[in-house]
Amino acid sequence: MKHITKTYPGVRALDNVDFEVAKGEVHALVGENGAGKSTLMKILAGAQPMDSGEILLDGAPVHITSPQKAMDLGISIIYQEFNLVPYLNAAENIFLGREPKGALPGFINFPVMYAEAQKVIDQLGVRLNVRTPVNRLSIAQQQMVEVAKATSRKASIIAMDEPSATLTEHELESLFDLIRSLKAKGVSIIYISHRLEEIFQIADQVTVLRDGHLVGTNPVAETDRNEIIHMMVGRELKESAAADQKRAAGIRAPALTVKNLTRKGVIEDISFTVHRGEVLGLAGLVGAGRTELARAIFGADPIDSGELWLNGHRVEIRSPGDAIRRGIGLVTEDRKALGLILGMVVRENVSLANLDAVTRVGFVNRREERRVAQRFIQELAIKTPSVEQQVQNLSGGNQQKVVLAKWLFTQSKVLIFDEPTRGIDVGSKVEIYQLMNRLAANGVAIIMISSELPEILGMSDRILVMHEGRISGELSRKDATQEKIMWLATGGK
Amino acid sequence: MGKPNNVLRTLSQYGIVIFLALLCAFFAWRTGGDFIKAGNIANVSRQIAINTILAVGLTFVIITAGIDLSVGSVLALAGVISMTFLRDGFSIGFVMLIPQLPMLFAIPLSAVVAGVIGSGCGAFSGLVVTRFRVAPFVATLAVMTIARGLAYVYTDGRPVSPLPPEVGDFGASDVPFLHVPSLVLIALLVVAVGHVILSRTNFGRHVYAIGGNEEAARLSGVNVNRVKLQVYALCGMLSGLSGMLLATRLASGDPKSGIMFELNAIAAVVLGGTSLMGGRGTVLGTLVGALVIGVLDNGLILLDVSAFYQMVAKGFVILAAVILDQLTRGK
Repeated sequence: MKHITKTYPGVRALDNVDFEVAKGEVHALVGENGAGKSTLMKILAGAQPMDSGEILLDGAPVHITSPQKAMDLGISIIYQEFNLVPYLNAAENIFLGREPKGALPGFINFPVMYAEAQKVIDQLGVRLNVRTPVNRLSIAQQQMVEVAKATSRKASIIAMDEPSATLTEHELESLFDLIRSLKAKGVSIIYISHRLEEIFQIADQVTVLRDGHLVGTNPVAETDRNEIIHMMVGRELKESAAADQKRAAGIRAPALTVKNLTRKGVIEDISFTVHRGEVLGLAGLVGAGRTELARAIFGADPIDSGELWLNGHRVEIRSPGDAIRRGIGLVTEDRKALGLILGMVVRENVSLANLDAVTRVGFVNRREERRVAQRFIQELAIKTPSVEQQVQNLSGGNQQKVVLAKWLFTQSKVLIFDEPTRGIDVGSKVEIYQLMNRLAANGVAIIMISSELPEILGMSDRILVMHEGRISGELSRKDATQEKIMWLATGGK
Repeated sequence: MGKPNNVLRTLSQYGIVIFLALLCAFFAWRTGGDFIKAGNIANVSRQIAINTILAVGLTFVIITAGIDLSVGSVLALAGVISMTFLRDGFSIGFVMLIPQLPMLFAIPLSAVVAGVIGSGCGAFSGLVVTRFRVAPFVATLAVMTIARGLAYVYTDGRPVSPLPPEVGDFGASDVPFLHVPSLVLIALLVVAVGHVILSRTNFGRHVYAIGGNEEAARLSGVNVNRVKLQVYALCGMLSGLSGMLLATRLASGDPKSGIMFELNAIAAVVLGGTSLMGGRGTVLGTLVGALVIGVLDNGLILLDVSAFYQMVAKGFVILAAVILDQLTRGK
């Protein structure tokens, strides 16, 4: 892939990126969230068009215009979210769309399909009954079905997006065995992962992306963990300058105390306190239960046991409405799915969580509402033609600011930010850090969930690290390092 | 935001109004003026009134990305019960509540009764949808059957008639001085109130928010279940009211009335620009949609087009409007 460039409204996702994978090579692709890894893979898979650049396969330029085209060329992508039909069995999924033809037109030759599917599965060295519906398979097994789907299409390049995120240690071993056997057959693997130790176990080459730019490609044998981390987080200094501001007012009385909060199978026995004027960082790997903890506190998901105390009083929170009335806000991670109503205009989104404040005897006072939205547009420098603009037409950074405006308008005393800067440009990031600092200075208690370690280190007064639904450790601002956080996040004691 | 897109968007907002005007002009011309005679207009507007009231309630439901198929059956159930009360006095079982009430008071009271019965049915649907997470299509399909069955049970399958003459007189009456049929005035009031509720109130905003993104609305503190329940109850209430009004117009409470009315009402809502995916739509659009359906039905009858072809024509008009809706959605 040469000179690949891709721009989304407001964000340059990829800028002139070169990426080369040799035959039979395991090539790791790393970078922070939003570095452009997924975008690069989507372009390779034909799921997204590129703005400019070219893709060469075995030296010849190819035009990948659709996912179908990519598969025909032998390129398969295994996304984090599998593309499997849950109620069809493994064999049916493997041959979906190209079922062996039966004697009569339109009929499937099931004996052939099952035999072929079993053969593909056996070749992968996986033990699995291909007649099992995939919704009854474990995540690891489903992943194997995805791989089988790819190999049965004679894929010569298989890209895996965070394949290890949901696997146990044992399952990960089988995945690595599988990758090694594919490699031996001359299949090239592109391996995307946040877990650097895996890269040293399995990869031959490692390419680092940062903010849509290629930072470099190195043979794994000639690099080390520190160098890769350094390449990934190169902008650390620039950004944490904004984050590093000392909090003038200092930390005051306890705002929210969580005691023994449990939601079975998701979060286990969580206890902590966040104080007024404090930014409490919540670190951990994907799937550690951070978002689930935030949702449980906010009343979005029911809890099995545990207590919440606000300003020294025990409170019952059974719905997001309860939480908002008590002064708790949740800036959700996925702004498009959870944070905004895309078809509504800026004004309506800003007022939504505190509509009562602009309502007089049941009627919404639109003049007042417009004034409020206008105020936040200025305060947060939201770039929009007017308050009557539908938010789906705004850039990612500006959409995120609309979400923030919504929560600022609720005047919450405890604000939970879930990945507040994911997928937005650097300029907006700095503004969001400054905003959080201002809020803390005004006595708001902030819980910030982030997967970006520089962000966690730069912003937090204290850091809680989660691992498999539990808090695995707490670090103070001055003790915390990336290494210590990663140590705790991966289950180290 | 290219130019063709703007043209389409404008068309989708006003296209249906232009279409309605053209349709009226066409029928006026082809029927040699019969279509615009006062008698015909009064007749057609009474017919449209019933469908309009149903469609206003459905507009709320459809904007939440729901559907209510039971409106026609609820109309029949509320119609037969309210008419029985008008004929026999207001009673529950054998307990006579109000035996002999002057019709001046009894008719409005029967409308209230019909509305209460309707909102009960609607609230039941809403409860099934919100508490038991049953898809609205299925829940209201079941309620459609239940309400229809209850209407037959209640009347033993026979129409409730004869009714006191004042009932039929009311259905055919004009409002003094305004010379507008009473049913039409009531429908216009329903439209006006519905429009204000949907576009100006806190509740209306929540209705749009739920249809636009239910989970985002919930996480913004909107009590999604309560609003949905209210929306289905409101739709049921208007169905009940329609049932009472239709019965006065026909001077008979018929358990077989309202069959397939849900489809005409849904068609009116969709023609009026409300998205079946939720989040978009207006009551005023629905009014125009109901007018198009009503005019189409009436005009084709006046032109002596066979009932079979009428259905074909109406179907194509609905398709055209929905396709226009898809095109304007873009991306």
